[in-house]
Amino acid sequence: MEKKMDLNKVNEIINKYNGEKNWLIAIFQDVQAEYRYLPKEAIGLVANRLKIPLTQAYAVATFYKSFSLVPRGEHEIHVCLGTACHLRGGQRLVENFERTLAVKAGETTKDMKFTLETVNCLGACALAPLVRVDQKNYGKVTADQIQKIVKEYRPDGEGKSHGND
Amino acid sequence: METIKTLPELEKLRKNILAELKPGHPEITVCGGTGCLSNGSEQVAEALAEEMKKQGLDGKVTLKKTGCHGFCERGPLVTIHPQDIFYQRVGFKDAAEIVGETLVKGATIDRLLYEDPQSKAKISRHDEIPFYKHQVRIALRNNGRIDPTNIREYIAKGGYAALGKALTSMTPEGIIDTVEKAGLRGRGGGGFPAGRKWRSCREAHGDGRYVVCNGDEGDPGAFMDRSIMEGDPHSVIEGMIIGAFAIGSNQGYIYVRNEYPLAVKHLNIALDQCRAYGFLGKNIFNSGFDFDIRINRGGGAFVCGESSALMASLEGRAGEPRAKYIHTVERGLWDKPTNLNNVETWANVPEIINRGANWFASLGTKGSKGTKVFSLVGKVKNTGLVEVPMGITLRDIIFKVGGGMLKDKEFKAVQTGGPSGGCIPKSLIDMPVDFDELTKAGSMMGSGGMIVMDESDCMVDVAKYFTKFLEEESCGKCVPCREGVRRMKEILIDITEGRGTEESIPLIEELAETITWGSLCALGGTAANPVLSTLRYFRDEYEAHIKEKRCPAGVCKELITYTILEELCTGCHRCFRECPQKAVSGEAKKPHTIDPAKCIKCGICYDVCKFDAVAKK
Repeated sequence: MEKKMDLNKVNEIINKYNGEKNWLIAIFQDVQAEYRYLPKEAIGLVANRLKIPLTQAYAVATFYKSFSLVPRGEHEIHVCLGTACHLRGGQRLVENFERTLAVKAGETTKDMKFTLETVNCLGACALAPLVRVDQKNYGKVTADQIQKIVKEYRPDGEGKSHGND
Repeated sequence: METIKTLPELEKLRKNILAELKPGHPEITVCGGTGCLSNGSEQVAEALAEEMKKQGLDGKVTLKKTGCHGFCERGPLVTIHPQDIFYQRVGFKDAAEIVGETLVKGATIDRLLYEDPQSKAKISRHDEIPFYKHQVRIALRNNGRIDPTNIREYIAKGGYAALGKALTSMTPEGIIDTVEKAGLRGRGGGGFPAGRKWRSCREAHGDGRYVVCNGDEGDPGAFMDRSIMEGDPHSVIEGMIIGAFAIGSNQGYIYVRNEYPLAVKHLNIALDQCRAYGFLGKNIFNSGFDFDIRINRGGGAFVCGESSALMASLEGRAGEPRAKYIHTVERGLWDKPTNLNNVETWANVPEIINRGANWFASLGTKGSKGTKVFSLVGKVKNTGLVEVPMGITLRDIIFKVGGGMLKDKEFKAVQTGGPSGGCIPKSLIDMPVDFDELTKAGSMMGSGGMIVMDESDCMVDVAKYFTKFLEEESCGKCVPCREGVRRMKEILIDITEGRGTEESIPLIEELAETITWGSLCALGGTAANPVLSTLRYFRDEYEAHIKEKRCPAGVCKELITYTILEELCTGCHRCFRECPQKAVSGEAKKPHTIDPAKCIKCGICYDVCKFDAVAKK
């Protein structure tokens, strides 16, 4: 489990921002984009090189919703719960995704394929209810389309280790 | 590329660009707003480019990808100039026909035109469609008309002329006077007079000051700032440079939600182009004024839309608001005087400088001048972005611009102001919409989200929705907000799940007062609005939940059951196949039934039924 982590990318990212501490959030965003989460080692390295207390680095890492301290799935499913999506059944979509993937919102499937998230408005309210998988938007989604969307990213038979209900 | 140092140079450049673009030169635009992109406008643009090549129009007709047109409901949208033909719901399969029929032969394709829902008449011209006809576009003036990644198109439309005018012929005080006289109020929610804010910041003690653009559009159901940043980023940047000159700032920041990658991309392109032309950098327009802008991406925290929290986030810290005994215009970012305005506010500034304070002040109402962009969403036919003069009635927005209620259902309420706002009932539908009237009605302008609701929407559920939202987004600094909003949510959950008691409502009201007066920032200060406004206008619905354990709108899961209407069920077996609980039974071609003991109320049967035979009671 304890594999030595390659932190070269983190150093490169810090260099890009000249190691300035006011760019902490941007640095974390780039680290998160690279590793799909903020590895413990990376947070330590960033705090060290930006000369800020580790507590302050963690305060930021845990305050903002876009950061995760645990690895995220290969694909991120965002179910929009903006007001328009809520009125058109967004919450029911979340429940159906939870059942299909056997995880709760905010969690990652055991095969590390998907992380299920809710988001407070993606600004495409005309397409409500909206689901975004990675960068692709699915508009006017109904509960019966969920299986199909999941299958697009996990063809049958692959990684069925999750959920055994 | 030449840098522009004087107004005549800018004018010469504009003429050169216009000559290059050739007025009247045929042009076809494809909307690249988020709504249209999600509906496949990228493929439409690719197919059109290919067809134009195939049919020999390469170079004869310009193909352009623009920002959001606003009419997201009908996307992907394609317009053809100079005829101003408007095609809606275009697919990539339509490309060959559009090129062959319209671009080559000049004929319109009936099938792709907008049909007026009342008269059933086909409307070919963009500006004759009711959705656009009643709008007055200032902040959205270029949206959907120009390629947002090309500064030359912005300049061709008169862009950066206001900057030239301000820097070469106006004094900073003169600019502030103009903005003040125009009556521009902040479009981000509070509605504070922009001119007064600029003046306070200019007059604040200390060296060095900052201007900030708040693009952390967090209100659910609002997407005007996103569309402006994506579709016309230069209008925001030009406004900021003018403001910075007036205030005396040399560094600006744009804080954009990380959920808006396209906005970040277009802003970055625009900033580079500005530097190349000398609109940003040293000695802009030979005025001795230096200015530059950096972009910061937000971390996904709603509270960062609050000015002092946003500034904390810009400094690389957790975004917690602070007490504002000393305003941010005195001590803001890094304790320097800082002026923060919202995206839409900045986008209005160049037009005010160009056309004068009197012109702007002639639009709108006594206390609210100009226009406001609303995102009209929910149960309305024409979902999209609309810009209308202040003072227009709710009825005109929903029925004239919005085309009326979806499926012609009964209008029940409209929610404005996001989680800080409230629900306005049918009895107030003829109310003029401006900052002060909305506040009087117990809601607020907010950033301009307008969520239309019909009889099938439960007001208690809506209040619960916003309270849940605020509970998650409360930063946790003030106890009344952190604990009070959570408690409020618990009471609302109890009510919607049938556990409400006689004490629930008085308790909510008491709690609301504590949260309102005991919180530092506007998030907590207005957190009770969604609950209080629904209680004020829809108390009977709360009472139905509490006393009769009934949800009149059929929304609250614990209080409803799904049944199949025998007379409408055709026995198509669809719900039988889709039900994850195998709760539906019945033979083919005979009415089905749902076993309430097995049903988990997931609603799949309701969604898939083509005959409206599944009922929620």
